[in-house]
Amino acid sequence: MNFWSFIVQNRTEIAELTLEHLWIVGIATLLAVVVGIPLGILITRRPELHKPVIAAANIIQTIPSLALFGFLLPAPWIGERAARLAILALMLYALLPLIRNTYAGIKGVDRAVVEAARGMGLTDRQLLLQVELPLAASVILAGVRVAIVTSIGLATIAAAIGAGGLGELIFRGLAMVNNAVILAGAIPAALMALAADTLLGWLEKRLSPQRAA
Amino acid sequence: MDSPEAIIQFRDVSYSLQNGRAILRSLTLEARHGEILVLLGRSGSGKTTALKLVNRLLELSSGEIRVEGQPVRQWDVIKLRRHIGYAIQEVGLFPHFTIERNIGLVPALEEWQKERIRARVEELLKLVGLNPEIAFRYPHQLSGGQRQRVGVARALAADPPILLMDEPFGALDPLTRSDLQHEFLSLQQKLQKTVLFVTHDLHEALFLGTRIALLEEGRLVSIGSAEEFLNSSEPLVKKYVQAFGTLEQVRGGK
Repeated sequence: MNFWSFIVQNRTEIAELTLEHLWIVGIATLLAVVVGIPLGILITRRPELHKPVIAAANIIQTIPSLALFGFLLPAPWIGERAARLAILALMLYALLPLIRNTYAGIKGVDRAVVEAARGMGLTDRQLLLQVELPLAASVILAGVRVAIVTSIGLATIAAAIGAGGLGELIFRGLAMVNNAVILAGAIPAALMALAADTLLGWLEKRLSPQRAA
Repeated sequence: MDSPEAIIQFRDVSYSLQNGRAILRSLTLEARHGEILVLLGRSGSGKTTALKLVNRLLELSSGEIRVEGQPVRQWDVIKLRRHIGYAIQEVGLFPHFTIERNIGLVPALEEWQKERIRARVEELLKLVGLNPEIAFRYPHQLSGGQRQRVGVARALAADPPILLMDEPFGALDPLTRSDLQHEFLSLQQKLQKTVLFVTHDLHEALFLGTRIALLEEGRLVSIGSAEEFLNSSEPLVKKYVQAFGTLEQVRGGK
C-alpha cells in the first residue's frame, strides 16, 4: 500500500492516535514536573539527599523501557489501565532530567547574587521564588525539553502493552511488514518531537537571564 | 569595653571550619557609633569571615558578637540582616531585576508603599552620584563603577544604621575607585552609619578608616587611628606599611 493513500484513508485514526500520544506524554511530563522540580529544589537545600535522589533517578533511567512497563503491570490501580501505566513509566523516565536540571540551575546561580540576597535579609522562600527559580528557569526548561522529546519517542513503545498512541501504528506496521504503516506512526511522532523541541527552545531562550556585559 | 557607643562588639570570637582549621582566633574588638572601622589584612587573614559572622551568613564557633547590645544569636536572623546594610566586591546585583527593583527590594519586602519606594530609589541614586534615569535599566547595561554604586545604594535602601562592606570598591580601576572612596567618605559624614569595612588596601584603610584593625591569621594584631597605625612599633604593622612603600609615600597618599 502506498504511504500517502494509507495516510489519507486512515487520517481519522492517525489523528486520534496522535492526540492520545500527546495526552499520554503531556500528562506524564506534567506529573514529572510536579514531582521532579520540588525534588530538585529539595536536594539543593538538603545536600545529604543529593546523592541518593540522583542515584535513584539514574537507576530508573537505566531500566529498559519494555522491562519497566512489564514491572509495573502487576501494580494495583495503575496496572488496570495501560494508559495509566504508560504515564507512570514515562513520568519516571522524565524525572532524571528534571531533577538534575533544577539542581544544576539553582546551583548555577551566581554565588555573589545568592550571598547578597541572603545578606539583605531575604528568607529562604523569598530567595527561592524571587531569585533562584527565575534565574534557573532557562536551565530547568532545558530539562523539560529533554524530558518531553525523549517521552515522545519512548511513548511509542507503550503501545506494546496496549496503551495506545502512535506506537500502535508502528507495531501494526512491524507485524504486517508494511513500511507505510510504520511511517504513518513514526513520522507524526518525529514531527511532534521536533515541534516540542522548537517551541521549548524558543521559550528557553526568552527566559535566559540577561548576562553581564 | 562596654561603652554605650559600641554598636558591634566582638568578644573572644573564634570561628573554625568543619575540618577544624581555625579562621578566627579570640577576636575582640568593637565598632562604635558613627565610625568606619576598617578590618585590614591580607588574603586569608579572616577579615571577610569576621564580617559574615555579624550578619550570620556564618555562625561563630565560640565567643559572642553583640549588635546594639544584643547577642546576634538572639536576634531574629532576617530582622538582623535587614537592620544591617551589606555590600560586597562582586556586588551581586540581581540580573533579572531593573536597578529600581534591585535597590527597592528590601523596602518592598518591608511592604513600603510603591510611591515611597520610587522616591527612595531616586534619592539613593542621586546620593551615590548616579543619574536617576538608570533606574529602569538592567545591571548588565551598567559599567563596573555604576554597578558598585548601585550596590552601595542597595545596601542603604532601608536606611540601616549599620553597614558591612567587603571590599566594595575592590574590582574598580584606581581612578574610579578613588572617586568612590571620596564620595563614600562625604556620604558617611552626612549619614553617620556604623561601618565595618573590609579591605586589604592600606591606602583605602588610611583614607576611610576612623580606626584600623589589622588582622593576621585570624588574630587581631593592632587597632587604632590611622596616625597610631603608621607610628606603631608592632613588627607586623610595620611590615604591612612597608609593603605599600616608604612611610612618607604612605602618608602622602592620605
